[in-house]
Amino acid sequence: MLSSVRKPPTAEPPPKAAVPRRAGRWGGLLLLVAALLLTIVASFAIGAESVPFGRVLPSVLSPDGTQHSLIVHELRLPRTVLGILVGISLGLAGAVMQALTRNPLAEPGLLGVNGGAALAVVVVIGFFDVDEVLVYVWAAFAGAGGAAVLVYAIGARGRGGASPARLVLAGAAVNAVFSALTAGLMLLTPQNFNGFRFWQVGYLAGRDLGIFWRVLPFVVAGVVLALVLARPLNALGLGDDAGRALGARPGRTRALGALTIVLLCGAATAAAGPITFLGLAVPFIVRALVGPDLRWVVPFSLLLAPVLLLWADIAGRVVAPGELETGIVTAFVGAPLFIVMVRRGRTREL
Amino acid sequence: MSASTKTPGGAPLEKAAGRAMTSRVVRAGAVSVRWEPRVAAVCAALALFAAGAAVLVVGSGDFPISPPDVVAALVGQGDRATEFIVQTLRLPRAVTGLLVGLALGLSGAIFQSMSRNPLGSPDLIGFTQGGASGALLQILVFGGGAVAITASSAAGAVLTALAVYLVAYRRGGGVVGVRLVLIGVAAAAMLQALNSYLITRAELTEAYEAAFWLTGSLNGRDWDQAVPLAIALAVLVPAALVLSRSLGMGELGDDAAQALGVRVQRTRLLLVIVGVGLVAAATAAAGPVPFVALAAPQLARRLTRRAGAQLLPAALTGAALLACGDLISLHLPVAIPVGVVTGVLGGVYLAWLLAASGRRGMG
Repeated sequence: MLSSVRKPPTAEPPPKAAVPRRAGRWGGLLLLVAALLLTIVASFAIGAESVPFGRVLPSVLSPDGTQHSLIVHELRLPRTVLGILVGISLGLAGAVMQALTRNPLAEPGLLGVNGGAALAVVVVIGFFDVDEVLVYVWAAFAGAGGAAVLVYAIGARGRGGASPARLVLAGAAVNAVFSALTAGLMLLTPQNFNGFRFWQVGYLAGRDLGIFWRVLPFVVAGVVLALVLARPLNALGLGDDAGRALGARPGRTRALGALTIVLLCGAATAAAGPITFLGLAVPFIVRALVGPDLRWVVPFSLLLAPVLLLWADIAGRVVAPGELETGIVTAFVGAPLFIVMVRRGRTREL
Repeated sequence: MSASTKTPGGAPLEKAAGRAMTSRVVRAGAVSVRWEPRVAAVCAALALFAAGAAVLVVGSGDFPISPPDVVAALVGQGDRATEFIVQTLRLPRAVTGLLVGLALGLSGAIFQSMSRNPLGSPDLIGFTQGGASGALLQILVFGGGAVAITASSAAGAVLTALAVYLVAYRRGGGVVGVRLVLIGVAAAAMLQALNSYLITRAELTEAYEAAFWLTGSLNGRDWDQAVPLAIALAVLVPAALVLSRSLGMGELGDDAAQALGVRVQRTRLLLVIVGVGLVAAATAAAGPVPFVALAAPQLARRLTRRAGAQLLPAALTGAALLACGDLISLHLPVAIPVGVVTGVLGGVYLAWLLAASGRRGMG
């Protein structure tokens, strides 16, 4: 742990013993890239109407108006690229959030982010009578951002600044207020309730490609921030005082970390609705594989999360007649997997 | 939080005696109780506050009754019409509210202390969601009546707890607090997904009705709900308070607790049973009222300025929170379930406490 925060990996030759482990990690990353590519092809191919694997690439590159080409372009392409984007966002947001709060239970639902997004959406449904998906997207984004800023402002008051425990509690408090208000507004009329009950299950199907382009800049910014923050967050993992001694600036790192979370969670929730469990489980699984060093946790989460999300989406297409929403599948597939890992004792406390 | 620390073992009592708020150990033979003036004062204030709010709840409605008349009717000194309204129509609701709050606050304190994590409260580790799933299945799939909904909600909570506990159990190692919470969170996510699935696939009118139940409500509660709840609490509350002594030592960590003579696994099992019983009883009576179990122990800790398990203060905070929430929901112009009010109330108060303690450099 100590050796991993002292210098960036390229600055000095690593100690001899570390070489095979590092080689293994690079191998793991390559494996994940391959898995992601395979998953993307599968996501184009599998569904109610399956497209032969060999036909996927030609259909994507040269649309020719055949049925396969139409399915790939109109149905599978939007949900696949959106799935990649949402997966990356949730996986990274979870990793940053868990490091920032030093709490392995932290997830986007926690720091008030999902609660804020939901409240904004229910307000839009209830008071503005719009049925346009893009309005929901911006409302969710604004709600998520507002909630995160509020949580941070409450948690950061006082001498110690935003200590992890205070952030978690502030998140829980804000989340409770927002979800209570959401429930109250939702229950005012059956119409409100009807609009909201479908939004509150996250899903990828039937979303417009325009959503992808609108949230893309935010995700890119969030990913860059997360990658840059990996090292300072590592240093903070040792505690504020030790971190400061290593040259970290706790206040600035936490503020930037919070910004990262807003960007990523806001984008994901805006694009697909609240998808649970991915942000919690992915960093958890990754830590069990590569240890707590964020310089590895961040890239592994970035690759693993979209793989898992896309497979959840694919599974939702084939298990049930009709279709099962992605958010429901992530919970039903992710949770048992998570339980198995917890039972095998591979929990790492942060 | 460290302004007035407890005095472990009683050894540094003399040193601590100089401070304004100290604790003394009162001994009577084999029984010893730590007497802490601040904790006692906070408990008394909370109890008074909760009772006052409950009296106002009884006085509220289409036929308002003044607080003195309510008290007179409660002790049998009012006129017959008022006594009927108070004792038969409105008292059950107020009592149910107080007891549900008590049960939720207490169970929250138990689970948070056991997992050593404020996120280990029953709302977050699946028990509440399990209760909700039981009720939803009954409402949307089997179409049972009020009694069936109550029963299957309690069954859902108990079954979930049983499953979480069994899965978290490991031969030799027993159940570790963190593992219990992690598995509980996974169970909560699955059950939440199941609930969403049921809600989205149901007819609108039925789903709407179920959503009301899911928010936690005290509307139309009569003695049929209040009496079983009171009986359950009469057993569970004393049990929790007796077990709480070992709970404090458990917070030191399993090894340290074992060294101090606590039989960690047995205590934990008993505590889980008591805590689940409390959640199941509360959920059956009022639906999954959110946030009380999470907020009450945290509020109690900050009010008493004590670290560690504060079972009685947490329980009383829960009761005060729920009675107060019910009072507000009765006076709102639109029909809002009490769960909405407790969520807003508890959340705002917790946020305010956090901000205020930050200014003083505490917390």
